[in-house]
Amino acid sequence: MAENASAGAPLVNMRNISIAFGGIRAVDDASIDLFPGEVVALLGHNGAGKSTLIKILSGAYKRDAGHIFVNGEEASISNPRDAKKYGIETIYQTLALADNVDAAANLFLGRELMTAWGTLDDVAMEAEARKVMGRLNPRFQRFKDPVIKLSGGQRQSVAIARAILFNARILIMDEPTAALGPQETAQVGELVRQLKADGIGIFLISHDIHDVFELADRVCVMKNGQVVGTARTGDVTQDEVLGMIILGKCPPGAIPGPGALKMAA
Amino acid sequence: MTDTTSDAAANPAADRARASELSAVGRFLKATELDTRMLGMVGALLIIWIGLHVISSLRLGVNPLDFDSRTFLTPRNLWNLSVQTSAVAIMASGMVLVIVMRNIDLSVGSAEGLIGMIMGFAQVHFLVRMVGLELGNPWIWVLALAIGLALGLLIGAFQGFVIAYLDVPAFIVTLGGLLVWRGAAWWVTSGQTVAPLDATYQLMGGGPAGSIGARWSWVVGVVACLAVVFALFNGRVQRKRFRFPLRPIWAETLLGAVACAVIMGAVWLANSYPWPVGIVNRYAAANNITVPEGGLFIAHGIAIPVLMAVAVGLIMTFITKRTRFGRYVFAIGGNPEAANLAGINTRWITMKVFMIMGVLATIAAAISSARQNSSTNALGTLDELLVIAAAVIGGTSLAGGSGTVLGAMLGALLMQSLQSGMVLLGVDSPLQSIVVGAVLVIAVWLDTIYRKRV
Repeated sequence: MAENASAGAPLVNMRNISIAFGGIRAVDDASIDLFPGEVVALLGHNGAGKSTLIKILSGAYKRDAGHIFVNGEEASISNPRDAKKYGIETIYQTLALADNVDAAANLFLGRELMTAWGTLDDVAMEAEARKVMGRLNPRFQRFKDPVIKLSGGQRQSVAIARAILFNARILIMDEPTAALGPQETAQVGELVRQLKADGIGIFLISHDIHDVFELADRVCVMKNGQVVGTARTGDVTQDEVLGMIILGKCPPGAIPGPGALKMAA
Repeated sequence: MTDTTSDAAANPAADRARASELSAVGRFLKATELDTRMLGMVGALLIIWIGLHVISSLRLGVNPLDFDSRTFLTPRNLWNLSVQTSAVAIMASGMVLVIVMRNIDLSVGSAEGLIGMIMGFAQVHFLVRMVGLELGNPWIWVLALAIGLALGLLIGAFQGFVIAYLDVPAFIVTLGGLLVWRGAAWWVTSGQTVAPLDATYQLMGGGPAGSIGARWSWVVGVVACLAVVFALFNGRVQRKRFRFPLRPIWAETLLGAVACAVIMGAVWLANSYPWPVGIVNRYAAANNITVPEGGLFIAHGIAIPVLMAVAVGLIMTFITKRTRFGRYVFAIGGNPEAANLAGINTRWITMKVFMIMGVLATIAAAISSARQNSSTNALGTLDELLVIAAAVIGGTSLAGGSGTVLGAMLGALLMQSLQSGMVLLGVDSPLQSIVVGAVLVIAVWLDTIYRKRV
């Protein structure tokens, strides 16, 4: 499947991306790509630069250098609105929900449905919210409560619903299962497979290496802001990936990046 | 238990009865979808009113149920209370948005002073002496108000720009504004009071002329009731369209009936307050009406500033509940980062909120200066604190993200009730400050407890 996908143009191609915060190079000359229907996992320690790299794609940060191509065409992304225009949706680790308003208001935040009078169409938004939440979390009924009153899993499903509501083509999931129990984690895994089958490309940031091997087609490991290497999950073992994360050592099954440990040849 | 004869077996039954009674209250609240917090505020307001009434009656040695004309609950006193509340209530409705966005505006009182001064100067000196309009020209008040609105918008835009785009904290910017605008107000006329103001402009301040009379007050009341019924009906139709749970018919009927009763009651009160005898006699002489035995009864009706405050309240409620802008204000207050990531232009929204605040300060300035028929450079002094207190008493959280326009306006009414009531009781002004300050703190403390329990 991934073989077929890589035949066409990549959905996303980030080339030679760099960004620095006050002299610290958070992302240094990183390149990464993603094909339709593919899940690429981004791995690395805290502070390795994976979240930062992905926030450049979602428009939260502005890159200092490098290019982003979407469907082979150069994309100019300088804020979250731009990213959404290219069909890039993000589920942030912090969920990024407005805690004081209800689920429907969060789902449509920034893209509200309006009536013919130019006022908010709350009824229509709630109806849409009921539809999409019914698919993700059929037992969810608390449409009138501000999301701060919801449980961790319910909040997570609101954040996920927001990302898939607008027919995303590229989905970024930053630690999507961090706040979830085992059953809900399995649900998210199911959702990822379903979205994959729909041809959506997914960047998955996760600490859980078991999750990653189960869901991802490829892994990309980062260390100190640089890409250590990229590999198909079938070509490397979990131990080898751990070696990439901890030591920056690129195994034979992976394509080394600029951050790979230089060993005497 | 008052029933001491009931045996042990009857007690659980009584407990059950009480439990079902409690859940009846719960069921009632659920059916009517009323906000318990708002009900609490209305309750507090009623307690204050009744308390002040009883105390003022007892001090005079009259029966509270006689509603003596010198006590608190009289048409005259309540009518005056409504006029006195208008200016602060109008600004409080905007302060809600400012505080919801986790900002503060300390400059509204000073801005009100400067704008009032400029509007006074414009109508008395600028438009008459320099532009050459005749005194009493009907355009004078329109132009003066337009100048004021433009200035208010500009002040708000300037402060908002510094806060939103230059990242200076709102507390500091508006603290600066508090000093700057007050100083600027002095400069307009070197501290001299501008008076008297244009006759039409004065109507915005209330008084016998600045009220709409009995007939129009009834018309306003009936229209308002029809609007309430229409709103309830429309809400029901919308819910039906998407098959959402409906309120039971009895709850809808009750809500409509209570709202209409309150509206018509207020109109009746305003129509029960007659013009003073001297003004009636002058009016009668001017219009060739013979004053009958026992005097002529001409009712004030609703005061124009009160109508302005109600209109502002409705518009601001509409903005907060039904527009994209209002939704963004609340979302930003709840989680600024999330709002930003959702693609909301948080800076521009911040600037717009301060612009609205500037416009509302102008309306308040017009009412206050018209009411005292003069512009002084002390106009609106300390109003910023009353406005912020009104918003906070009305349930606006200083942590941001929550608050209602109606609550803030009720908060303004509550504060003004206390203040007017204490004046009526002859409480010394230092003690008035002490009471108002204590009430503010207690109200917020009670609100904190309420928020923890819900």
